[in-house]
Amino acid sequence: MAQSKDEVLAGLAALVNDETGVPVESVVFGKSFADDLDIDSISMMTIVVNAEEQFDVKIPDDKVSELKTVDDAVNYIVSAQS
Amino acid sequence: MTQPTLHQALGSHFTRIISVGAARGDLIVPNDDIVGPIESSDEWIRQRTGVITRTRASESVSAADLATTAANEAITNAKISASDIGAVIVATISNDVLTPSMAALVADRIGATPAAAYDVSAACAGFCYGIAQADALVRAGAAKYVLVIGAEKLSDYAKPTDRTISFLLGDGAGAVIVGPADSVGISPTIWGSDGGKWDAVGMDRPTREAFADRDGDFPTLRQDGQTVFRWAVWEMAKVAQEALDVAGITAGDLAAFIPHQANMRIINEFAKQLNVPDSVVIARDIETTGNTSAASVPLAMHRVLAENPELSGGYALIIGFGAGLVYAAQIVRLP
Repeated sequence: MAQSKDEVLAGLAALVNDETGVPVESVVFGKSFADDLDIDSISMMTIVVNAEEQFDVKIPDDKVSELKTVDDAVNYIVSAQS
Repeated sequence: MTQPTLHQALGSHFTRIISVGAARGDLIVPNDDIVGPIESSDEWIRQRTGVITRTRASESVSAADLATTAANEAITNAKISASDIGAVIVATISNDVLTPSMAALVADRIGATPAAAYDVSAACAGFCYGIAQADALVRAGAAKYVLVIGAEKLSDYAKPTDRTISFLLGDGAGAVIVGPADSVGISPTIWGSDGGKWDAVGMDRPTREAFADRDGDFPTLRQDGQTVFRWAVWEMAKVAQEALDVAGITAGDLAAFIPHQANMRIINEFAKQLNVPDSVVIARDIETTGNTSAASVPLAMHRVLAENPELSGGYALIIGFGAGLVYAAQIVRLP
């Protein structure tokens, strides 16, 4: 069942924090994973795999490189859930 | 008129890895020596891959030279004669020529002629593919002792400006003697392929295309790091679990976990996904050897035993995975 953007954001922030130690409050709309949050591509993939399980969605490899910002990731997950 | 019955070969019921030998490149190359062309830093490479130095071979040293050195150590440690070897298998992507095989050359150099000799092209899974074959050959009676070597000179195929894989690569060779045993020393191999990801890692251009392009580069290695990372961790963790299951043991029964030394981040996440307990020694040879493709598992095994000799006789999960994509895993009793 589709969750709200805020619910997905909260879940995503927890995953990011768990994998990288980046504070939950830093994972907000408008932030870039690489440039603002300093998350490298390997950590990003771990976050993606965990997000697939948490949100019950599929995020193919070729889509991962397109998820450059927190907004991209949340929008993709919400869209994939509906 | 009745036909006579054909004879069928039958070998030992059980097999084991009897000994291991190793040879690393003679040059120790720190991160600072290679960061320039990729506009990176020692810190970036350490954080992203766990590599501090990698061993590379001098210009005059070939993968076959490294293979020969490693093989001779394995033969000495096995306390057999080279003439006892029935087959020589070299897993490699570094043969200087398409043919003849590196195995035929190495077999001749070590005094194993007229043993059967062939190369296996299974990239970073090559050594474990070789173990699968050696196990089968000995149990089928095709050879009493099989020399399995993983040998690479990846520096020949590393493009200094490539940011996807070149900085990881090292040179080296590891060799084992597989032979008969009184009890199970090699569990059933779990192996396979996913050719749908053929483009994920490998040479960046066909050889003939490179020859035809006067201004072009020699083929070198590259990878799609994220695709390889996801596959290497989450798909290979399933393969490793299956290997444990068919062997009839759990991760807690292992003395050592020896995965292909692709990247320390892969090793760490893989061990986490497999729930490898703290009691198990995890091979981390990549830290100072780099990623040596088919040589990485036997080199890592050699180092684990050198640093932890008390593990001799204990079980090790060995798993290779790489370009193809292909993979193979076994549980083996450490020599």
